[in-house]
Amino acid sequence: MTWIWNNSPALPVVLLLPTAIAIPLFALIDRRLARALALAVSLTTAGLGVLNLAKVLAYGPVHYHLGGWPPPIGIEYVLDELSAFVLLVINTIAFLVLVHAKTPVERELPDAGKHVPYYAVAVLMLCGFNGIVVTGDFFNLYVWLEIASLSLYGLIAVGARKAPVAAFRYLILGTIGACFYLLGLGFLFTMTGTLNMADLKAILPAVAQEPAVAVGLGLIAAGMGLKMALFPLHGWLPDSYTYAPSASSALIAPLGTKVGAYVLVRVLFFIFGVGAATRAFPLTTLIGWLGAAGILYGSILAMAQRELKRMLAYSSIAQVGYIGLGIGLANPLGLIGAVLHVMNHAAMKALLFLVAGNFRTVLGHSDIGRFDGSVRRRMPWTTAAFAVGALSMIGIPPLAGFFSKWYLALGAVARGQWIFLAVVLVSSLLNAVYFFRVIERLYLAKSEAGENAPGTDAPPSMLVPVLVLAAALVGLGLFNAVIVNGVLERIVNAALF
Amino acid sequence: MMRRDDDVIIGLVARTASPFIMIFALYVIFHGHYSPGGGFQGGTMLAAALILVRLAAGDDLAQLQFPRAWGTPLGSAGVLIYWGTGFVAMLCGGNFLDYAFLPLAGAAPHRRNLGILFIEVGVGLAVCGILTAIYDDLLEGRPRD
Amino acid sequence: MTDVLLGHYGYWFVFVLMVLGFYGMVVKRNLVKKLIGMNIFQVAIIMFYLSSAVKWTATIPIADPALGTADTALYISPLQHCLMLTAIVVGVATSGVAYALLITIYKRYGTLHEDELLERMKNDLDLE
Repeated sequence: MTWIWNNSPALPVVLLLPTAIAIPLFALIDRRLARALALAVSLTTAGLGVLNLAKVLAYGPVHYHLGGWPPPIGIEYVLDELSAFVLLVINTIAFLVLVHAKTPVERELPDAGKHVPYYAVAVLMLCGFNGIVVTGDFFNLYVWLEIASLSLYGLIAVGARKAPVAAFRYLILGTIGACFYLLGLGFLFTMTGTLNMADLKAILPAVAQEPAVAVGLGLIAAGMGLKMALFPLHGWLPDSYTYAPSASSALIAPLGTKVGAYVLVRVLFFIFGVGAATRAFPLTTLIGWLGAAGILYGSILAMAQRELKRMLAYSSIAQVGYIGLGIGLANPLGLIGAVLHVMNHAAMKALLFLVAGNFRTVLGHSDIGRFDGSVRRRMPWTTAAFAVGALSMIGIPPLAGFFSKWYLALGAVARGQWIFLAVVLVSSLLNAVYFFRVIERLYLAKSEAGENAPGTDAPPSMLVPVLVLAAALVGLGLFNAVIVNGVLERIVNAALF
Repeated sequence: MMRRDDDVIIGLVARTASPFIMIFALYVIFHGHYSPGGGFQGGTMLAAALILVRLAAGDDLAQLQFPRAWGTPLGSAGVLIYWGTGFVAMLCGGNFLDYAFLPLAGAAPHRRNLGILFIEVGVGLAVCGILTAIYDDLLEGRPRD
Repeated sequence: MTDVLLGHYGYWFVFVLMVLGFYGMVVKRNLVKKLIGMNIFQVAIIMFYLSSAVKWTATIPIADPALGTADTALYISPLQHCLMLTAIVVGVATSGVAYALLITIYKRYGTLHEDELLERMKNDLDLE
């Protein structure tokens, strides 16, 4: 037991990595072991996420030296409030999505030989995400980033007929982003001589005047902006989310962009600090304006979509814009809004993409134009959960989505940025337009099928995660004060403004 | 790969040279402590020895040396050796990958030396297996002659 | 001016490689050429790291009994070389995944030219 406690920062990664390798080996014995192993390790890491958060809240930041070598010689894993929070969010959402994934994987991957490698690659991607969040070394972060990205490309490519092209485009753009990150890291390493995050933070004041440091920071921000699909670096996102299989969309949409946002927050607010980051160039202001542009772009284009998954993809661009806006405000309230939105958006998008998966599995399609009242009569629980998710995305209290927008609005008022405030409010209206379009078709449109709708709702393995997430949205909204005061305040107190 | 009759010399030289390339690759893996080398480099040379036979003597003949089905399992075995070394170190009381805690005889520097050696062997096997698997998968659907 | 050009010729070399790689990725219409452009871009970054490891009148970082290990200024920094080993392997893995994707695209659409591919994809009535 103490062994688990002492090694808890490293255990998520240490458990996920061999599971990804062992799944194909165990599946030779019994094919169902693949999903069982994936679920077991995902549940374990979710539990470890809770343990880690409790440990950090009780004892403060935890440092774990890999190989026993002390930093800055060795690589260390650092758990502070931000890492533990994001770790918990990632692992819990991933577990719920993996529970849901059973039927969509069987339906949408017709080649049965691909089911086992699918779970292995999904666990490998989770391992990469966990590594990105936990590590305290910049180059280690690059390695985990590439592990996660390569697994992502594989998960997308097994979808629709057009999926490999979308995955290839994402591969080229994603590798450019990672190369920018590596190049920026090269600049910083050449100027400071260290790769360890805490050590870099300590050395930085001595070299902060050098233009190379500013260029390095800009390159890292550009690379991470590409990974998190900040406007205008979002080009890979719509096709990738649309053509991926339903289970993959639900895995990558809530989580994939969040790790990019996490790295950006970590570098801008915890390593450099807002003052040093904006000395040469108003980087945070630029990110804020790009976030605002992304919000409007994503919301407007989402209104024009006829297919549910593509609409949700453009909506994701808008939601990442909110996080960019929060980063761009560069004050405590804005940062709270951004980090809170990381959690809220992960839960909301997971719910919405799982619902889209339910529609695809039960109805065979997710075209908005073909939804009508018979869908609601046939799938009442799924439709109700969709309504909860949609209301949360629009920002109706007491659901979770309202509170992150509330903090963003407060942050904008505190800075006097009235245009950002207007963007947040207008975008809620735009969200209402494209979500109510779907809700109106589901709840109000007459159907030709009559009163008795054939068929039943989705199977329990698909319904239960959807309902759990819908309940979570209500819970996260009602108890958001606990989350903000307990965790987010401490994150913001540790940040440099 | 298309075979023509005048490939006899190339095929023979490749098949003869391949074991010697593998020996040198093993030397590079194990000598990584004292000269340029190590797991990645040695693994790539191992893969080169196998792919040379595939290129020069034809895929069907190369299956006798290293069947297609061995590629990915060998890669997985290499990664598990790497992870296993780190996990054994964790079980014996240290942090992950802390070789000083491995249950081997000798002083701490000697244990760290052996630990790195195990890691490098794992990496070499993984790189060899995966590079060969990539080559085989890329050529899977080609028209046969 | 000559100092900027001649004094930093290493960085200019890296810059030219990067621009070549970027040109290949953006301008070329063949998917394989885009991929090769990406590889050139990655190699340019690797060269950048390696060029930052070199020191004046220093030798390779293998312990030489004649020089001893006390003075580290006699050996070039090995850290960047180790980091770039990992980066090279990451590049190889990315290329492997990319080539697998290209083979699937070729099997499905019969072409690797981007304009031709977009034409055929438009005619491909997929349920999305």
